[in-house]
Amino acid sequence: MDGFLHQVFAGLANGCIYGSVALALVMIFQATHHLNFAQGEMATFSTFVAWALIQQGWPYWGAFCATVAVSFLAGLVIQRVILRPVERAPVLTNVNVFIGLLLIFNALSGWLFDHTVKSFPSPFAQESFLKSRFFSAHEMGSFLVMMAVLLALYAFFRFTSLGLAMRAAAQNPDSARLVGIRVSWMLAVGWGLAAAIGAVAGMMVAPVVFLDPNMMAGILLYGFASALLGGVDNPFGAVIGGLIVGVLENLLGAYVIGTELKLTVALVLIVGTLTLMPAGLFGKRLVTRV
Amino acid sequence: MSGAGTVVTAGRRSPLFWLGIAAAVVLLCVLPFLVKNYRVFQFNLVLVYAIAILGLNILTGFNGQISLGHGAFYAVGAYAAAILMDRAGMPYWATLPIAGALCFCFGFLVGFPALRLGGHYLAVATLALALAVPQLLKYKLIEAWTGGVQGIVLNKPEPPFTFRFLGQPFNADRWLYFFTLAVVVLMFWLAWNLLHGRVGRALIAIRDHPIAAGAMGINLPVFKSLTFGVSAAFTGVAGALGANVIAFVSPDSFTVNLSIFLLVGMVVGGLASIPGAFFGAMFIQFVPNIADEISKSAPAAIYGLLLIVLMYLMPTGVMGLVRTLWLRRQEPAVAAAVPASSNAMTKET
Amino acid sequence: MLLAFLRATLAGMAALAMSGAALAQKKYDPGADDKEIKIGAIHPYSGPASAYGTIGKAIGAYFEKINAEGGVNGRKIKYIALDDGYNPAKTVEMARKLVEEDEALVVFNPLGTPSNTAIQRYLNQKKVPQLFVATGATKWGDPKNFPWTMGWQPTYQAEGRIYAAHVLETKPNAKIAVLYQNDDYGKDYLKGFEDGLGDKARTMIVAKVTYEVTDPTVDSQMVTLKASGADVFFNITTPKFAAQAIKKAAEIGWKPLHYLNNVSSSVGSVLTPAGLDNSRDIVTTAYIKDPTDPQWANDKGYQDWVAFMKKYMPQGNLADGFNVYGYTAAQGLVQVLKQAGDNLTRENVMKQAASLDIALPMLLPGVNVKTGPDDFYPIEREQLQRFDGKTWVLFGKVYGR
Repeated sequence: MDGFLHQVFAGLANGCIYGSVALALVMIFQATHHLNFAQGEMATFSTFVAWALIQQGWPYWGAFCATVAVSFLAGLVIQRVILRPVERAPVLTNVNVFIGLLLIFNALSGWLFDHTVKSFPSPFAQESFLKSRFFSAHEMGSFLVMMAVLLALYAFFRFTSLGLAMRAAAQNPDSARLVGIRVSWMLAVGWGLAAAIGAVAGMMVAPVVFLDPNMMAGILLYGFASALLGGVDNPFGAVIGGLIVGVLENLLGAYVIGTELKLTVALVLIVGTLTLMPAGLFGKRLVTRV
Repeated sequence: MSGAGTVVTAGRRSPLFWLGIAAAVVLLCVLPFLVKNYRVFQFNLVLVYAIAILGLNILTGFNGQISLGHGAFYAVGAYAAAILMDRAGMPYWATLPIAGALCFCFGFLVGFPALRLGGHYLAVATLALALAVPQLLKYKLIEAWTGGVQGIVLNKPEPPFTFRFLGQPFNADRWLYFFTLAVVVLMFWLAWNLLHGRVGRALIAIRDHPIAAGAMGINLPVFKSLTFGVSAAFTGVAGALGANVIAFVSPDSFTVNLSIFLLVGMVVGGLASIPGAFFGAMFIQFVPNIADEISKSAPAAIYGLLLIVLMYLMPTGVMGLVRTLWLRRQEPAVAAAVPASSNAMTKET
Repeated sequence: MLLAFLRATLAGMAALAMSGAALAQKKYDPGADDKEIKIGAIHPYSGPASAYGTIGKAIGAYFEKINAEGGVNGRKIKYIALDDGYNPAKTVEMARKLVEEDEALVVFNPLGTPSNTAIQRYLNQKKVPQLFVATGATKWGDPKNFPWTMGWQPTYQAEGRIYAAHVLETKPNAKIAVLYQNDDYGKDYLKGFEDGLGDKARTMIVAKVTYEVTDPTVDSQMVTLKASGADVFFNITTPKFAAQAIKKAAEIGWKPLHYLNNVSSSVGSVLTPAGLDNSRDIVTTAYIKDPTDPQWANDKGYQDWVAFMKKYMPQGNLADGFNVYGYTAAQGLVQVLKQAGDNLTRENVMKQAASLDIALPMLLPGVNVKTGPDDFYPIEREQLQRFDGKTWVLFGKVYGR
């Protein structure tokens, strides 16, 4: 029983990681209706920037805030400079640009910071009150951070006019323009926020999985699966999707199928769920009127 | 933009046109003897990728179903050919139709759950397929067949006769070039026939206006699943050919990168375009080498940069640009009326 | 009569002199001439294994140093480094480029088992040396079937057997748990370990779990292994996952006798992130000096290496053991070229590679590079070492031929 609980909680901890990445993906999707394949690499690069600042002697929270701010600006700039020219191009052209960005960020991380494994500090002291028998202080801490980001996102989209404007710009850009919303800038802000959330996710993930240029490669795919499982337009869904994927993966690997087919079976289950509920667990079902 | 015929020139083709075709055919036949073996090997790979990208284009370009997992079909085709040649002693040319048939069934089966998924959901589901296949290939229960993590080493097909031409011997690589070229011609002819007839029009109708297509009597589920199957068959045949060209298969040869590069190649060549497959294949084969020459520290970054720049210059791919220029040359008024980019893919299904 | 005799003698001496000159004549294969020797190498500079790309860069930097000091027997080394992205299809293409287009003399240090498997048959058919292959797979030392392929480092199976021997000696009733990467590297280590345990493998190994390189963490696997009740742990993971495993073991309070594979034994890259205290008493084997281990700080070989890095590879990481690996492998090749002298045919290069008996500065004391016509494993010696919280402490005998 002890082992089982351990697996569940380890799965929940992993699930937090997937959920935070899924939040960034949902953010971008709500703002632009695109799935950003470069999200993982951007998050890794932001984490490297934070690492570099800490190496220079900056205190943790100072580096954290600076990195989040810089990531926001960088996301904004990327949308304005790199994505605007292809805004009206077909979806798959945009996907190609995302793939290009993914390759560039990954190569930059490797080139500027090399490939040796680096440890990244955790702001939650090992022996703090957050620690318990089944999960470490950091795992609890990152769960709380993720919930805070989730609530902030939900509040932003639901209760602020900027959030409403962003949702409008994504759903119906032409009508939004007619109402006076500057659609292009909404997209840019969306990208900035997604980059900032990605940076937070990266900094929460790095103490657990250690920092190297390929840190997010495996996580991103699980992040996609989580976002879609929960419904790609729903931040709560993203988090719950992440937790489910994390626990499912661990339990399958430990008790059902062994670690050799864990990935395959987890993915089959996710696809199966999507077949039964095509909009994800909590997504909005789009019904087209003829 | 649909690929099914744009402007049809009335009247007979000029003799210059046929002369051009003849010159191209002669060039293609002489080409392997003008260059070293290593280049012929690269050309073979371009031809193989062209078939694979054509398969993907049938599904995504013409039928609007996004697939990020065609590497899986390529892998199945390659392994089918390898196992048949290595474990069952079959000759290499017999493995192609079997690989194609096997992948057709596999693709058709994948097509069923895909019916319920659209757009991004389908993209990620197919991505999951691309990830699962390498892990399945390593699975110990089928290790005796697949060679597990070690893979299978194959013998290169030998030419049935040898001769010398322009100072170069007719060896395995050159034989494979002509063999692959013949398969390419066959597959492209099949695709052209398929896509320029009623089936092609049905596929495009399903892509652009699925509800109207259903109302017109097109059986959506059957068509969409069959398209998945046909698309998988094409890519599976490409995989089988690829296994012969490289003479080696292993799980590491078919990672998710392959699926992503096939997609990249398809978009670069041009969605819903049959000749575009060649441009896409040339891009994914040669540009990594160019990037490698430019920078040893970060070759992938150069590749990504070149990709982005290409997308700026040609958002609808090489063939999209060619079409736009052709239209502009033909009738300036018509060109102005046609939208510069396709909006078909931006719709949520 | 006398004149005839003199003429014959003179003719005889002339003939002798000419044949002597013929013996000292230079012989070249494509890739070598009076001025330069072309050395081709294939490493993953992009893709999932790009961490190993620095080996190729270190090799290039070392050749630069040799060229700056006059080259090998008066010839400069032209280094042709190609990227295969760890994709065997690309490795085949790059190998063909090196042989057919660049006309390199040898293909040096290609990296990865699948990549090398893909090009082995081709290079042997073309009679091009596939020299000092950068993987520990056991199959590269097979001169009878593949006379043009030679390995370099101690094989994974040999290392696994050493750990098995140690377990049988010190804890014959142990319960063993194994975590291994689900690929040829992991399976090769496991095979050596199980072979070393012999019949007792089935009873002693109570848990065996795998992980994929795409897995974010191995936490779940570690929990499973602890639950098996094992008191010995064989950790076959690459650096990032090794650090995770060590850290998780400490977090869940599991303290087995921990054997760590030497691919991931770097103090700076693995043990420090994992926690030096958590890494106490870990056992591994070693054949090469760890640049982050404080015990070598005053060692001449280490200091020479640091000077080399600072001058020829200033952007290289001094904590990265792969840079030492590349440096040492390049030294091995230079020795082979020196021994070949003016006879730079591929056949002679293989012959010289099969008659090595040298020590290299960054190899551990007692570890040498020795080959013979039947012995295509250059480095076989290794020794066990235990981590004391600060540095690795060698103990026991030196294994291997």
